[in-house]
Amino acid sequence: MIPAEFDYVAPTTVDDAVRALADAGDEAKILAGGQSLIPVLRMRLAAPTKLIDLGKVTELQGVREDGGALVIGAMTTHYDVVRDPLIAEHAKLIGMATSTVADPQVRHRGTFGGSLAHADPAGDLAAPALALDVEMVVHGMDGRRTIPASEFFVDYFTTALRPGELLTEVRVPKYTGWHAHYEKFNRVAQAWSIVGVAAAVQVEGHTITQARVGLTNMSSVPVRASGVERALVGQEATPEAIKAAAQHAVEGTMPVADGNADAAYREHLAKVLTSRAVTAACG
Amino acid sequence: MRITVTVDGTTYSDEVEPRTLLVQYLRERLGKVGTVVGCDTSNCGACTVHLDGHSVKSCSVLAVQADGCEVTTIEGLARDGQLHPVQRAFHDNHALQCGFCTPGMIMQAIDLLAEDSDPEEQAVREGIEGNLCRCTGYQNIVRAVRDAAHEMRPGAGPEAERVSEATMGTQAGVHRS
Repeated sequence: MIPAEFDYVAPTTVDDAVRALADAGDEAKILAGGQSLIPVLRMRLAAPTKLIDLGKVTELQGVREDGGALVIGAMTTHYDVVRDPLIAEHAKLIGMATSTVADPQVRHRGTFGGSLAHADPAGDLAAPALALDVEMVVHGMDGRRTIPASEFFVDYFTTALRPGELLTEVRVPKYTGWHAHYEKFNRVAQAWSIVGVAAAVQVEGHTITQARVGLTNMSSVPVRASGVERALVGQEATPEAIKAAAQHAVEGTMPVADGNADAAYREHLAKVLTSRAVTAACG
Repeated sequence: MRITVTVDGTTYSDEVEPRTLLVQYLRERLGKVGTVVGCDTSNCGACTVHLDGHSVKSCSVLAVQADGCEVTTIEGLARDGQLHPVQRAFHDNHALQCGFCTPGMIMQAIDLLAEDSDPEEQAVREGIEGNLCRCTGYQNIVRAVRDAAHEMRPGAGPEAERVSEATMGTQAGVHRS
């Protein structure tokens, strides 16, 4: 199908984009990579009157270092995130999760910021963002503010972005030397996660000294598996210890039942995948 | 809105509605019907083309987003009547049954080989995971991609697709339609 009619602007700076968003009002949508939005427009699930395309805002593309953090531009494509040497060195978990997003064609167009702002509960990037305590940098007519990941995801497809605000950058603390793994369960190639687990650990000798674990699609928003993290820290990285810690993965979750899985099956998956993710991360 | 796009070596400048999908523009305006539409959900990959050297699903890109870009479709691969090595490998390996997925499979296979010039079987399967074959003829498709890899020297991607104006002869230059 063909999308309904809309007006289109392609600003080249963040300031122009923010102004365009303010001028357009409630019925405008931001177009990032378009890999979720364009299919939605085609199916006429949404019919915004105006699209503000960020594709030409070059200042939003790329990854840079800023002291103890990496700054990922919101319009950095999944393809570029996966190949980025800074991400590989300091935020391996994000690179690993991103490499599982959809398929190569979608990763060429889809963006890091677009995926986070879309806030699909089955999206693969929110759980690592939450587990790594990233900060979202947003711009609006009132200027710039930052939102911690723990406050950014509000509900299904809903974030703490206010009307007129634009996600511009994501600040990721450096996790240099951490081991990581993203374990995703889906039925077929390129399908959305039924459940996903993002795990990053610090291991000294055989002992897990720090752990961060986030869950994909176990609630309307990503869930931090704090119980698992507490249970892992100080443990030897043995299969038994990891499996025991993974039993905490369902704490604080509210999984839905849908055509892919009922809630009990999702709870089962969360435990199994947490165990696999942490085991793989510990290597 | 006016866009200027180079498709298969020829530059076109056209007035399009913002809601026009790239695949619609290619097929309906430029007549590049070699690129097909297989689904309405951006799952199938049949409409895969290269946009500035990278594979994209042209049903999930707006024509206005391609303004100023270079597009290569399945129709732009053959040279002087000679099939591209990946096209040839699909032919030689009987890598198509109904053939509907073939244009997208070939465009994605070329993208894959540009990233990995000699992929293992599993890497081929993952590289084409965004392309569906309803005939389920994947065995020969995978065989064809690996066969093509052996036929081709590294660097089959964007460089090999670039068409100089000289080789395009009278087709070169700006077309207005």
